[in-house]
Amino acid sequence: MNEPAGLASYAYAVARPFDPARLAGVRGVDGAEVRLVRYRDLVAVVSPVPLAEFDEAALRAKLERLPWLEVTARAHHAVVQAVAARSVTLPLRLATVYRGDERVTEVLRQGHWRFRAALDLLAGRVELGVKVYADPQATAPATPPAASSPGRDYLRRRRAQHRARDDARQRAAAAAAQVDAALAELAVDSRHRPPQSPQLSGARGENVLNVAYLVDAERAEELAARARRLEAEAPGVRVEVTGPWAPYSFAPPVGEEHA
Amino acid sequence: VNGTREVALVDLLDRLLAGGVVLTGDLTLAIADVDLVHVSLRALIASIEAGQER
Repeated sequence: MNEPAGLASYAYAVARPFDPARLAGVRGVDGAEVRLVRYRDLVAVVSPVPLAEFDEAALRAKLERLPWLEVTARAHHAVVQAVAARSVTLPLRLATVYRGDERVTEVLRQGHWRFRAALDLLAGRVELGVKVYADPQATAPATPPAASSPGRDYLRRRRAQHRARDDARQRAAAAAAQVDAALAELAVDSRHRPPQSPQLSGARGENVLNVAYLVDAERAEELAARARRLEAEAPGVRVEVTGPWAPYSFAPPVGEEHA
Repeated sequence: VNGTREVALVDLLDRLLAGGVVLTGDLTLAIADVDLVHVSLRALIASIEAGQER
């Protein structure tokens, strides 16, 4: 059906069918209740949103507003995680909006075999995020011996600081490569992302590795444990594991425009 | 592995704006061309700067 009264269908994920009653109480963007749109052996998880708030101009403006972006991202994520807890799930990009459920059905129909192939690949697997940081504590230089002049003392201290920081960064980069190699052994796939800015993350230390691993669900704990062990073995670096996530980073290109 | 703790926004945006299947929506046709990560980072940086000025 097409949505009445200027409503559109916001699509969160494509999944293998499951009992819609299991999504009772799950709310999406703007607190709207989510529902399933089914086509053969696929479902799309959608909720109604006001058409006018998701047209291109409105969306462009909203994406620049962090409070809106955060609330929407968290709502999107909450639905995706709820679906992922119930079925094999292919998360969709934030703000994928259709004029109505008929259009959603059409998208499922056109992308049918590609969605199915993607879901087959993701079945029983989860995404784990791993970040390696150069620990700022380890980069703090030892106090150099006092010099005769304050100016020379200052320059010497600055040089020592720079050297220490470069050394720490190199150690961290080497440790990060080791961590990545050791964890990739347990994973079926990996995606490297640009390191996160400490300004944005608020994290201590410099992010030298930011990677997502796709791992068989029963090996997720093993990967996290190995990450902790690697951290303990590498002084001066911190290893942070997040997840399990729905496989956001391993969603293949299945755009219907290539149909 | 943390299943319950609220996830960091920056980790979330890493995934929601750079990951996920990209379909051409009806209302977001041109958004596909917009560098969403760039947009979001600009918003994040602006908010951090605003916070620091306070």
